[in-house]
Amino acid sequence: MADPIIEISGLYKLFGSTPSNVMPMVHAGKSKDDILAETGHTLGLKDINLSIERGEIFVIMGLSGSGKSTLIRHFNRLIDPTEGVINVEGVNVMDLPQKELEQFRRHKMSMVFQRFGLMPHRTVIDNVAYGLAVQKVDKTTRLAKAKEWLKTVGLAGYEDQYPNQLSGGQQQRVGLARALCTDAEILLMDEAFSALDPLIRSEMQDQLIELQEKLHKTIIFITHDLDEALRLGDRIAILKDGELVQQGEPAEILLNPATDYVEAFVKDVNRARALTVDTVMKPPVCRITSETIGEALTEMKKHKDDYGYYVNEDGYQGVILQETLEDAAKENAEDQLCEDVYEDIPTISPDSVLEEVIPDTIDNDFPLPVVDEDGDLQGQLSRSSVVKVLGNS
Amino acid sequence: MAEKSWLMEFPQMERKDLVGIRKSLDGLYRDFSREYGDLIESFFDPLLYFLVWFEKLLLATPWWVIIAVITGLVYLATRSWKMSLGTIVAFMLIGYFGMWDNTMRTMSIILVCTLLSIVLGIPIGIAMARSDRVQAVVTPMLDVMQTMPAFVYLIPVVMLLGIGKVPGVIAVIIYAIPPVIRLTNLGIRLVDKEVMEAATAYGASAFQRLYQVQLPLAMPTIMAGINQTIMMALAMVVIASMIGVKGLGQPVLKSITNQYFTMGLLNGLAIVVLAILFDRVSQAYAKRTQKHLGGNQHG
Repeated sequence: MADPIIEISGLYKLFGSTPSNVMPMVHAGKSKDDILAETGHTLGLKDINLSIERGEIFVIMGLSGSGKSTLIRHFNRLIDPTEGVINVEGVNVMDLPQKELEQFRRHKMSMVFQRFGLMPHRTVIDNVAYGLAVQKVDKTTRLAKAKEWLKTVGLAGYEDQYPNQLSGGQQQRVGLARALCTDAEILLMDEAFSALDPLIRSEMQDQLIELQEKLHKTIIFITHDLDEALRLGDRIAILKDGELVQQGEPAEILLNPATDYVEAFVKDVNRARALTVDTVMKPPVCRITSETIGEALTEMKKHKDDYGYYVNEDGYQGVILQETLEDAAKENAEDQLCEDVYEDIPTISPDSVLEEVIPDTIDNDFPLPVVDEDGDLQGQLSRSSVVKVLGNS
Repeated sequence: MAEKSWLMEFPQMERKDLVGIRKSLDGLYRDFSREYGDLIESFFDPLLYFLVWFEKLLLATPWWVIIAVITGLVYLATRSWKMSLGTIVAFMLIGYFGMWDNTMRTMSIILVCTLLSIVLGIPIGIAMARSDRVQAVVTPMLDVMQTMPAFVYLIPVVMLLGIGKVPGVIAVIIYAIPPVIRLTNLGIRLVDKEVMEAATAYGASAFQRLYQVQLPLAMPTIMAGINQTIMMALAMVVIASMIGVKGLGQPVLKSITNQYFTMGLLNGLAIVVLAILFDRVSQAYAKRTQKHLGGNQHG
């Protein structure tokens, strides 16, 4: 996490006739309303500092009027800031002259729009190839490439249709294919899925996640929908009235909202669906590493709980009850621990969503062992932790 | 006493001052036109040659070739047999009633005026769409051009260039160019903001945005403007005939002065035929290009 591709610092945007004259008021800390009343200038963005890592999906979330669409338009300078620095791969975008800015837009970033922004007078394939056409790539190459991407987003066969012949979801796929077709490393998505109906939206989210696993683009995603933000985002920034109120990983925002505003926001989120096991699990209380029953019993007695997780060099093996061990020790304390003494308890993965593991958690009397892909014990998930997390909203 | 008259009557300028202003302005313009008239006239010479050449071409071509070409164009644009047949019948009648030559003359001047209006009007419209300041300057000028009685601006044009085809063309263009300018401006300004943003976001230059996005998307509106321009040019035919533009306008003018009702009506109907023809053809063409737009855009 130390390879920022985009860094924004001290970004201000003031809308109005003479923003530079009003900036001192902004720096003096006057409120948005005061500035509007006194000067007629609207403070769009206030002191935004962001750093976006290569290959992550960074979600900027806020309600309408929070400045999120204004903010995303600063990344490729569709809007120029009043003050601030926008660094992309070490280049300050603000310093680029017009020609270089065009080159920068052609090769570094592509954008997906809320209302698709497709060109109604061009066929689907010409729309997808538009970015390449602007770069003056020859026709055969760009159409071949466009066709590939169209296939990737699942619209093979629609090449010669016009955008208005397609449904909303299909049109946005064209928008996505157009964005991917230029091979730009950074993808700006401005409420890309907000205009779609819920079913299509979640389909598109799945498709985006699936594509991202293959492509590893840096995606900046704007949304007003927290569920969408939590689902897609590796990190989330929450914007309110042009100010960043909190940024962090989804679980962090859900579990530790920084302000009342964020708290109100996250209140209605379905936590069971938004949180993964690793954000809620506790470190395993009793980890048994001994080879024999006798030693295991001694180890377990040091803890107050009457169960433990047996782990050897091959990773997690099973759950053992103190009671079972005591019975077994009566026969032969020197025996090796083996499957006979394990309890029949399912394991869960740290990446699963809480919703999936709730039934198992409730059914079992003991906290479930959380075991990762390599078979190592990562933690334990008890009924009470689940209830606590789901209940305190 | 003086105050009373000030209240009762509008305090107008001294008569001799007004005469002075008129005299000096008229004198200034007369001197200007004497000084530069020939220069300006020679500037328009190429236009005159073209006008004369085009008129001669239409007049020299046998009537049946003209009818064949026009009907062919009508069919190409409208794809309607009815319209094409109507064209043939209408032109046959025009010829039969002895208005063929005048119709050709009018057609040639209208076509040239329309062409010039498009060539001048679209760039002006584009400039207006790109800058609010240009729009603020040009809009009142267009208002003046459309509302100022044609006779008024005929005076300086005639003083400068005499009577004949070129001043006629200038007068027609002044009257007919506003719609194409206005609607080019409007069409470009109405282009979906998000589509423009998309073009910008993908790094399109100003020129690419204009040719690949703005003009194609504004084309339906621009075509409506061109259609209006043609109609207004036709409406100017009679007035233009007053300064020596030959064509259907002259017999109409003669009919007014001599009260020849039938002659006026026939020539008037010939103008109507041309108007309907230009209107239907340009509209049908516009409709077809709009459908076409997608298919033909490869830029």
